[in-house]
Amino acid sequence: MVAPAALRVVRCGGRAMHGARAVFSVGARFLLCASGDFVKMYSVATEELVQLLRGHSDLVTGVQLAPHNRLQLYSSSLDGTIKLWDFTDGILIKTFTVGYQLLALYALPSSEDSVFVIIPKSGERDTFQLVSVKLTKAAGQDMEAKELSVVLEGVDASPKCTAFGREGEYVASVKDVNLQVYFFKQKQLNRFSLRATNKKGGNNVFTCVACHPQEDCIATGHADGKIRLWRNFNHKKEYTFSTLHWHHDKVLDLAFSLEGTSLLSGGVESVLVQWHCGSDCKRDFLPRLGSAIEYVSISSDGTFYCTSHTDNRITIINSNLRFSKTIQGLIKARDVKTGLVVDPRTKALVLNGEPGHLQFYCLQSDKQLYSLDIVQQEYIHQAGLNQSDLVRVAFSAQGKWLATVEEREETDLELQLKLWFFDEETQSFKLNTRISMPHEDHITAMCFRDTDEMEDDSLMLVTTGRDCVFKVWVILEDTDPEAQQSLSWSCDFVGSYHSYQATNCCFSEDGSLLAVSFEETVTVWDSSTWDLKCTFCHPPGKISGMECSPQRRRSAT
Amino acid sequence: MGEFEVHRVRFFGLVPAGVRCMAYQHNGRRLALARTDGAVEVYNFAANYYMEKAIPGHQTRSVEALCWAAGERLFGAGLSGDITEYDLERLRPARAVDGFGGPIWSMAANNDGTRLAIGCEDGSVKLFQVVPGGGVQFEKNLDRQKGRVLCLSWHPSGTHLAAGSIDFIRVLDVHSGRTAQRIMVNCHVPKSKKRECVVWSIAFLSSGTVISSDSFGRVQFWDWERGTLQDSHTVSSSAALSLAVSEKEDSIVVGTSAGATYQFQLLPVKAGGQEKRWVRTKPFQHHTHDVRAVVHTPTALISGGLDAQLVIRPLMEKVQKKGYDAALRKFTLPHRRLVSCARKARLLLFQFSQHLELWRLGSTNKTGKDGETLPLSRMPEHLLQLKSKGPEHIYCSCVSPCGSWIAYSTASRFHLYRVQHEGDSISVKKVPGVPKLLLPAYQLQCASDSGRLFIASDRGSVHVVQLLEPGGCKHLHTLRPPAGTREAVYLLASSADGNWLAAVSGDWEVHVYSLKHFKHHCTVPTYSCAVTALAIHPTTNNLFISYSDQQLFEFSIPEKQYTAWSRAVQNSGLHKLWLERDSPITHIAFNPKNTSQVLLHDVYMLCVLDKSLPCPQPLPDDSAVLVNQSTLKQLSEPARRRQLHAFKICKKFQPLLFADLLDERCLVTVERPALDISAQLPPPVQQKKFGT
Repeated sequence: MVAPAALRVVRCGGRAMHGARAVFSVGARFLLCASGDFVKMYSVATEELVQLLRGHSDLVTGVQLAPHNRLQLYSSSLDGTIKLWDFTDGILIKTFTVGYQLLALYALPSSEDSVFVIIPKSGERDTFQLVSVKLTKAAGQDMEAKELSVVLEGVDASPKCTAFGREGEYVASVKDVNLQVYFFKQKQLNRFSLRATNKKGGNNVFTCVACHPQEDCIATGHADGKIRLWRNFNHKKEYTFSTLHWHHDKVLDLAFSLEGTSLLSGGVESVLVQWHCGSDCKRDFLPRLGSAIEYVSISSDGTFYCTSHTDNRITIINSNLRFSKTIQGLIKARDVKTGLVVDPRTKALVLNGEPGHLQFYCLQSDKQLYSLDIVQQEYIHQAGLNQSDLVRVAFSAQGKWLATVEEREETDLELQLKLWFFDEETQSFKLNTRISMPHEDHITAMCFRDTDEMEDDSLMLVTTGRDCVFKVWVILEDTDPEAQQSLSWSCDFVGSYHSYQATNCCFSEDGSLLAVSFEETVTVWDSSTWDLKCTFCHPPGKISGMECSPQRRRSAT
Repeated sequence: MGEFEVHRVRFFGLVPAGVRCMAYQHNGRRLALARTDGAVEVYNFAANYYMEKAIPGHQTRSVEALCWAAGERLFGAGLSGDITEYDLERLRPARAVDGFGGPIWSMAANNDGTRLAIGCEDGSVKLFQVVPGGGVQFEKNLDRQKGRVLCLSWHPSGTHLAAGSIDFIRVLDVHSGRTAQRIMVNCHVPKSKKRECVVWSIAFLSSGTVISSDSFGRVQFWDWERGTLQDSHTVSSSAALSLAVSEKEDSIVVGTSAGATYQFQLLPVKAGGQEKRWVRTKPFQHHTHDVRAVVHTPTALISGGLDAQLVIRPLMEKVQKKGYDAALRKFTLPHRRLVSCARKARLLLFQFSQHLELWRLGSTNKTGKDGETLPLSRMPEHLLQLKSKGPEHIYCSCVSPCGSWIAYSTASRFHLYRVQHEGDSISVKKVPGVPKLLLPAYQLQCASDSGRLFIASDRGSVHVVQLLEPGGCKHLHTLRPPAGTREAVYLLASSADGNWLAAVSGDWEVHVYSLKHFKHHCTVPTYSCAVTALAIHPTTNNLFISYSDQQLFEFSIPEKQYTAWSRAVQNSGLHKLWLERDSPITHIAFNPKNTSQVLLHDVYMLCVLDKSLPCPQPLPDDSAVLVNQSTLKQLSEPARRRQLHAFKICKKFQPLLFADLLDERCLVTVERPALDISAQLPPPVQQKKFGT
């Protein structure tokens, strides 16, 4: 036998796709984005994953097309290497070892053989510098790239906070309330600073920067939602700026269109705003993009825009602001209250997704299959607002029924138990029964009677609550011919034990016995007569989990 | 500073008139401003933005346009159809010439100030020659088209004129008088919402670009020769009312009816490139109502609105160093004294544009601690309202210290009233046989024994009139400066013993006359700034003068020289924070019991200057603070003693129109809260605000 090697974790999916700005290939056929340790290439037309470029051993932080060969791609990573790929074939061409953590990567057509990266300044914590790295042309797969020259000191670590201007003439970088512009030819560094707050309660902290592709104009986004367009910044004193304001909160990213005739901005409002930079300050909106826009990028021919969202989604948008495609990864919910559940039908992983939604995530293809709106209420992006959230989910054995519990805690607790029926025609779950306040207090556990052979009428759902009872719910056939639905759920039995809080429940494999734990005690009930069979005591401490073993009718606690 | 019982008067219902138009004279650094009531004011920027001249308004004389021409001559034109030249020495309209084109909406002077163009109601544009001696002479009519001409601008070369009307702009050739180009401004508006587009303001640049601002809130840049639109910026959803170009033609300022002003700059598209573009840069929101007039000086943007505010906003990048010139300034209240106080009778006389109000102060019989509000045993009482007859506005007014004489003057009349107090009832009788004097009177001052009235007149003269019981008067003498001057006297001060009179004329000369012999006594050494207030000390007969650059001088009349204290202050210099105050001192009073205390006030503070204490030394690093009284009170005893200085400043009463000492324990302050003024104004343009 081979001795077991040291445990190695392979990150195979679910990574955030918003590590860096996504990049369109020439002709906008493919979209390249950093996802965890990989670079993923999606087809713009079919939104399918076409190529997976693996090779980095840490998070990929920057993806840029090689300026001189548009079929090649540079990627930078926290592992301190820049890799050059032939992305259509998925071949790693070269690896340049820089030796510092690389936080952002910029490649310019004007600078031959060198790229710009942001690295931490050695010896100082939380200070970063923008350096240019000379990439040697010598043959060989692995190269050392140690020729670094510092361009700007004290830049922000975020790749959004640095941008290169028209034809690489200057670089603009923002940090806190300072904007610095460095002109390469004149070797001149101009610094501009704003007051941190103004009298009207604005917050002038810079959040992002973009440079006009053809004019001397820098757009900066601010924490209070303003966008400033800076001009004349080659003068230290006679610089000037104008202000655009639509966002009500942080501007998260900015991008100029190809000719610089319009400016795209995105923020937490999940609205893409297109500002027409011409004389009249007109703007267009693409609202309801789902979640906060983290990055905005534009294809090199200007036909597509692409927004990366905080919920791990990439949206491809036509240049006339029509929604085109979406690529959805695993959503990182704020709090996975449901735990991980497997859908028996699709074998997808089911967990909290967007607020109030249940996401079905396919582990094999690292893609979200679909998202089911459970709460069916508008989610309001505002801090400190209590909104309904999904807390429990359970599937029946074949995945025909889905039970969900949502709760909202204001002064009183609002609970809803919903039972969903899988509709074969539409291939999705349909709400069958909605039960308000199934328990008086939080529901702690929920399970279906997992019986493969039995018919629908023997299907049962048990819920346990902190109000010291467990409830058994069964399907009732509606006899009324007028009613549209023939099936509905109702409560069949309420059991309790010495007014202890019910914490867990599970059925035996054949479904004849139900085990319910009440704090320190396990009670076993006959599922046909609902008699208390026996109790087991488990001192000391409360029972936190329980599972019935399949063969031996034994319960592990 | 000692404690005072303060009469906090807030019943002076003054509403300053809105700003209608402005004109800036670059050489003299003077700004002429016309208000909606027809009053014209001249601000001297070299003398710390002091309101140097004020010509009161006239009911029938509205001023729609002002311009400086031929050096320092000021012309105005209005809806009465006349072009008026203002006599800035005698502070009154000098000559008026009828334009014969109906109401005049606009007027512009060419670059060398030799010609005036007016735009009339009937659609004609007329040229007038500025006659060197005075007045204007009709030169010619330019091509007339229907529609009132609301704005005019000369091409800097003087060959063409741009005129804005309703829906179109015309460019006129001055030589031939023909219309060279006619541009429709509302052809880009969709047909469905076509309404008339009023071109409110226009500017003609030397490059041939015509800039217009219109009632759709647009600022548009036109090529006049081709008649094509180069650029259009929508700055407001309401109208863009006013427009001004800098001298270098690289920056413009636009005022809108929403109270905002915007700056546009001509900036290079690429660094070092030739191509330039107008870019909207900075918005400013200093007004609440229509910004009817804007001016672009080399270092500042100046705007005046219907909310009566004059705002001077310096351009930071043009100002060399931070300091006095870099501060934002707002003027709402006039730099003139509109309140006079009868100390003995405890009466206040308020001067409005066309009437006077006499009030008796309330009184209390309680005493209390510092900061307490005392209950009134008698409410302040509105005794009298005197309406001036005729359309002219009041120049000046005064009440005698005993409260039994009231005098006021308009441009052509002088009125003197005898007020009889009989218990609670009051009766007013006009004094007959008022001597025929040269009018108008620019300032009135009663002697402290109420026996004489001093009337400031033009050419530096002061008339002395004896007030006779029980209601008569006699002209005693006319005092004239020995060298003679053309400027009118605008400030007067008389001594308590009735021996001395000081008079300041418009050339800032201070003359002291002896009233015993009706003779010129001496002249205070000239100082290069405007006098804002002066007073003669009741016991020492020292003349206390404040200048618009915030300097203070004390001049001993008997010794004809500055006092030792004044020299000491000048040697050490005043504190930086004192010198950087915004508004001039408008009134000086003395404490009758404590000879070293002087009461000074401006709009934002009240100061008791104690000459017995050391002046705060201006430190080289300017770090010393000029601690005011409320902070001083919180300090510990030794710290307070260390911080003790001569300037005891109180900022509790704001904005302050008037402050005076009734006696050594009793102070009267007249405030006009800004909220009360804005409550009198019509509601501003409704604006949608996020989150409401």
